[in-house]
Amino acid sequence: MDKPAVDPYQKMMFAPGHRACPGCGASIAVRLVLEATGPDVIVVSPTGCLETFTSPYPYTPWGVPWLHVLFENAAAVASGVEAALRSRGSSDRVRVIVIGGDGGTYDIGLGALSGMFERGHDVLYVCYNNEAYMNTGVQRSSATPLGTATMTSPATGQAWGEDRPQKDLPAIAMAHQIPYVATASVAFPADLRRKVKQAMAIRGPKYVEVHSPCPIGWGYDAAETVELARLAVNTGLVPLYEAAAGQQLRVRKIQQRLPVTEYLRRQRRFHHLFADANGAHLVSIQSVADGNVNRWALEG
Amino acid sequence: MTRGTVSVMEGSMAVAKAVKACRPAVISAYPITPQTHIIEMLAQMVAQGELEAEYVRADSEFSAASVVAGASATGVRTYTASASQGLLLMTEVLYYLAGARLPVVLTGTNRQVSVPLGLQPDHRDTMSFRDSGVIQLYVENVQEAYDTHLQAFKIAEDHGVLLPTMVCMDGFVLTHVVEPVRILDQVDVDGYLPPYEPVHYLTPERPSVFGSYTDDANTLEFYYLLQQAVLGAKAKVELAARDFRAAFGRSHGGLIDSYGAEDAEVVVIAMGSTVGTLREAVDVLRREGAKVGLIKVRCFRPFPAEEVRQAASGADAVAVVDRAMSFGFQGVLATDVKAALYDAPAANRPVVMGTMAGFGGREVTIDTVREIVKVARQALDGHLPAPDDSNFIGLKPELLPVAGPG
Repeated sequence: MDKPAVDPYQKMMFAPGHRACPGCGASIAVRLVLEATGPDVIVVSPTGCLETFTSPYPYTPWGVPWLHVLFENAAAVASGVEAALRSRGSSDRVRVIVIGGDGGTYDIGLGALSGMFERGHDVLYVCYNNEAYMNTGVQRSSATPLGTATMTSPATGQAWGEDRPQKDLPAIAMAHQIPYVATASVAFPADLRRKVKQAMAIRGPKYVEVHSPCPIGWGYDAAETVELARLAVNTGLVPLYEAAAGQQLRVRKIQQRLPVTEYLRRQRRFHHLFADANGAHLVSIQSVADGNVNRWALEG
Repeated sequence: MTRGTVSVMEGSMAVAKAVKACRPAVISAYPITPQTHIIEMLAQMVAQGELEAEYVRADSEFSAASVVAGASATGVRTYTASASQGLLLMTEVLYYLAGARLPVVLTGTNRQVSVPLGLQPDHRDTMSFRDSGVIQLYVENVQEAYDTHLQAFKIAEDHGVLLPTMVCMDGFVLTHVVEPVRILDQVDVDGYLPPYEPVHYLTPERPSVFGSYTDDANTLEFYYLLQQAVLGAKAKVELAARDFRAAFGRSHGGLIDSYGAEDAEVVVIAMGSTVGTLREAVDVLRREGAKVGLIKVRCFRPFPAEEVRQAASGADAVAVVDRAMSFGFQGVLATDVKAALYDAPAANRPVVMGTMAGFGGREVTIDTVREIVKVARQALDGHLPAPDDSNFIGLKPELLPVAGPG
């Protein structure tokens, strides 16, 4: 008899076959992040899509130790994991990362996140931002962009979807004077991996946000995830930058900027904007992109 | 001969000394009256290098509980403390700790729950997570608070238990009172409480997953196992108290403690600092000719139904002094006592009177107990209809609304 084949998934940090939807941006983000961190990590996740699709008992794709406690406390839980590693004397060898969605990060988990930042825990917090509460069926979060139709910011009657600008969480992270803040996108894997590696080289609290499209919540074909993520960056709606101790370090320049309509028209969540004869809301969203380009000097 | 060196100190200091002697690796807390002195003293011990622990100054009680959850899942001994609103804010995490079988030890310094806002003790805060799976031990005095913290770690970390364990001590009455306490030598504590040996914990060497998502295929079995664990803790609570007495020569009871209950006609049942007053009341009332006894419920969860039944079923009447009530029903402890006595043979099933006393720190005095026993006696003698299930002792009519028209 041949020896039994080695289970190819045994050594994987994040195995395929989990329950994410086809085209899930978050699952791409997780794989890329772990490729950059390597296996000597403990991952903490708040409640959300990632938690749900990776932990249906008794299955899991996680090949690294993984801890889910609740929705609003991932940063505090990670603080405790890090404190325990320090007390065990293994914090040099084992590092702590959080991977959570925008709902658990921007909204319900913000207090705990601020606490983790200001106390200076050696934790990398990665937020996969898909711009709404997808796990519960697409409700708006404070990361939902202007003009987005969701189940709780519907575009109906006079309403044109989300009518408030996104919360600028990376700026809030920077205001804590933490040693590293970066934004990234699943469309730029080398850039994302480099930023995670950069973050892991630094001791202290780090925040990396990964723009992660969601086919279900945004309304597009699952094959287009990476293309949409790239369009979000190339229109200026998602600036990619790095900052340290509150100061901008570097920016990923846009080679050839596209109008926001190129990005918006391909998603069901923005279709209502194109039915509006005068296009006033499209102008508002274009001015968000223009503001980003100026703020971060994304061109040239 | 009871062990330890007598020092006179505040209750909070005794708790801090007990916690220090247990060598927690991670402490996290957020300040709230009347818990603050405990966590301040622990912060000082860490700062002065007397206690080698990571002390995480959390941004809320919710985060404090979350920090110790993360630390406990990483395989180390952990401690937190809170009260009142802070405990309520921790509640979601406490349910998690029980389900995930993380043996965090915490102190609940009992304080009333808003509204009305107040700082004084009753048991509404800790009893609000009666159903969580957290083990709850209520203490009577500062010495018991000290001793019970040592026992709590032993119970929580027993591999057959692995449950969060909370020592409940009445705020101010016990946290801020200054009493003589016997403090044990570190070597004695180390002999009683070995280092924590986690069964399951997070490590890249042996990756595991905590906090899975389940459905109807397996949730019932999780609950069954949790129930087995909490019920199984009863024997460990008794064992921890027995081992403690063997090592140090003193006991405050195991699951319960009884005082003069064996031949009593009226048995009073209570928890926490009120019990000290009740002991004296038993002596006074017995001198006055009333056959009164006392049962202290020391372990509220798991509930010692069998022990209460055996200790109380010889009495004619049981008066439960409750410092928490389930609004719309009755006193929380009284409900459990009734359920326990339902299984007693009908011939020696006592009448149970629920009494509400000691709310918001209002003192329970010997006169209060005299009144409770008098009402019980009258009910037994047929002079009065049995009092209703939630008899508010000492209501001040002048503070109640005057009945108006309609």
